[in-house]
Amino acid sequence: MKKKIQLTLNGKSTSIEVPNHRLLLDLLRDEIGLTGTKEGCGTGDCGACTVYLNGKPVNSCLVLSGELDGADIVTIEGLKIGPELHPVQKAFIQDGGAQCGYCTPGMLMMSKALLDENPNPTEEEIRYALSGNLCRCTGYAKIIQAVQDAAVMIRNKHVQ
Amino acid sequence: MLRLPEFNYIQPRSLKQATKALADLGADAMLVAGGTDVYPKMKRGQFTPRHLISLRGLRELKGIRDSKEGLWIGAGESLTTVSNHRLIAKHFPALAHAAESVSTPQLRNMGTIGGNVFVDTRCNYYDQTFFWRQAVGFCMKKDGQICLVAPGSSKCLAIASSDTSPVLVSLGAEAVLVSRQGERRVKLGELYRDDGIDYSTKAKDEVLKGLLIPKEALGRRNVYLKLRRRGSFDFPILGVAATMDIDERGECRYASVVLTAVASAPKIVPEASTLLQGKKVTKELIDTVADAAAKISHPLDNADMDYWYRKRMAKVYTRRALESLAGLDSSA
Ligand SMILES: Cc1cc2nc3c(=O)[nH]c(=O)nc-3n(C[C@H](O)[C@H](O)[C@H](O)COP(=O)(O)OP(=O)(O)OC[C@H]3O[C@@H](n4cnc5c(N)ncnc54)[C@H](O)[C@@H]3O)c2cc1C
Ligand code: SF4
Ligand code: FES
Ligand code: FES
Repeated sequence: MKKKIQLTLNGKSTSIEVPNHRLLLDLLRDEIGLTGTKEGCGTGDCGACTVYLNGKPVNSCLVLSGELDGADIVTIEGLKIGPELHPVQKAFIQDGGAQCGYCTPGMLMMSKALLDENPNPTEEEIRYALSGNLCRCTGYAKIIQAVQDAAVMIRNKHVQ
Repeated sequence: MLRLPEFNYIQPRSLKQATKALADLGADAMLVAGGTDVYPKMKRGQFTPRHLISLRGLRELKGIRDSKEGLWIGAGESLTTVSNHRLIAKHFPALAHAAESVSTPQLRNMGTIGGNVFVDTRCNYYDQTFFWRQAVGFCMKKDGQICLVAPGSSKCLAIASSDTSPVLVSLGAEAVLVSRQGERRVKLGELYRDDGIDYSTKAKDEVLKGLLIPKEALGRRNVYLKLRRRGSFDFPILGVAATMDIDERGECRYASVVLTAVASAPKIVPEASTLLQGKKVTKELIDTVADAAAKISHPLDNADMDYWYRKRMAKVYTRRALESLAGLDSSA
């Protein structure tokens, strides 16, 4: 059964017709064409598909479109601040926080969610915030470093 | 990639509509709350419902509040909310910790405590894709005839894997269930059955509205210890929940130990109350209870790590849990 839903997607109001059982991840990638969000596992294990649903990070591979009427969704494409990359994006580039890059959108979404709440996290707090995001390439050290550096940029610039 | 099969999706607007849909649709229907257990299992072909009835957005299932009778926790509250809640963190650190130890930060924003209490039992031969299970040969929990872990067994031995249920049982929580016939209240511990397939005694047409932790549990010390391979996220391969009340003279007024992941249901260790209550708690008594906990634990070769190790750890974790509550912590 198809259903017309109204969404705010990366700040813009969007109306779309979707089958109820279509997953948010597939809606974003296959129907809307926002392919920044990745599918690693499809079963909640890897975090590559992380987006914000009503302000909270969730695994979009496990969210049904039928539940999204009126929802506010932010994807990796919505992370930039105007034309500028967000500090977490800058820091991942600067520090080599990505290798193959497949986990990176999810890592960035979780890193920003953490820094929005806590701009001065300890290493332990960063590891905890990223505990649902798997990376098969980097060994995590540079990812953690990038989040720490992004935190410094944010604190220095008071960017929110 | 694993795809979600098609199904009929029902979004009731009230608990009444939900119970009606559940009663009308019968065995082909399944409830879904956060979906963090249901959707992965549908993708792997472990669950094959024709109709899904969504509990998301039902206001009757929301809210955490202090009441005359105790602390009420709506079944639809997310694990994130439960683990961060002021009253829960203050009075029931075991529950806050158990909720926080479930899955990942993202999944805890979606997964609910109601879904956690009824989360499916687990087994290495079952928690696999359809393709994997077909290749190895299906087992009786889904699509097959025999048990692959214990081929002689007449029942499935998949393990109880909820982190919050042993804590809630140890705190004496009650479940409030609603069906078309009305509402009933039952001790949560009575809702479990030691059978890997039919692991709950909840009637098929009942919805869990919420959980009530009784007033008398408020002053009791409580702790939850979870064994898993990874610190980041993993289901429990052993969980020990303990609750204790000790008076000014060091005498135990109440003690309860509940284990998870050692059988298909949370297991109460009767010796915790029979040996400790009314006595001054000593290390020797705690050791005896810990031995009893290991004795009733029957881990099998169907989860992470060796089963003999998990059995030995049932003793170690029970001892640690009780020593920490009794203030006799030495080994840590
Ligand atoms: C990667 C990963 C890691 C995980 N790790 C853990 C872990 O460490 N510990 C753990 O305990 N769980 C874990 N889980 C399982 C699951 O995420 C949690 O148990 C979660 O709390 C389930 O809640 P839910 O709301 O998503 O349940 P759902 O998936 O919506 O439902 C689960 C079951 O409960 C039933 N149900 C839900 N709500 C109600 C209700 N109100 N009344 C009656 N029946 C109801 C459903 O019909 C279904 O049978 C993990 C899952 C994943 C994908
Ligand atoms: S315990 Fe046996 S029947 Fe149950 S899921 Fe495992 S292999 Fe299947
Ligand atoms: S694709 Fe969603 S968690 Fe892996
Ligand atoms: S950079 Fe390849 S998975 Fe993380």
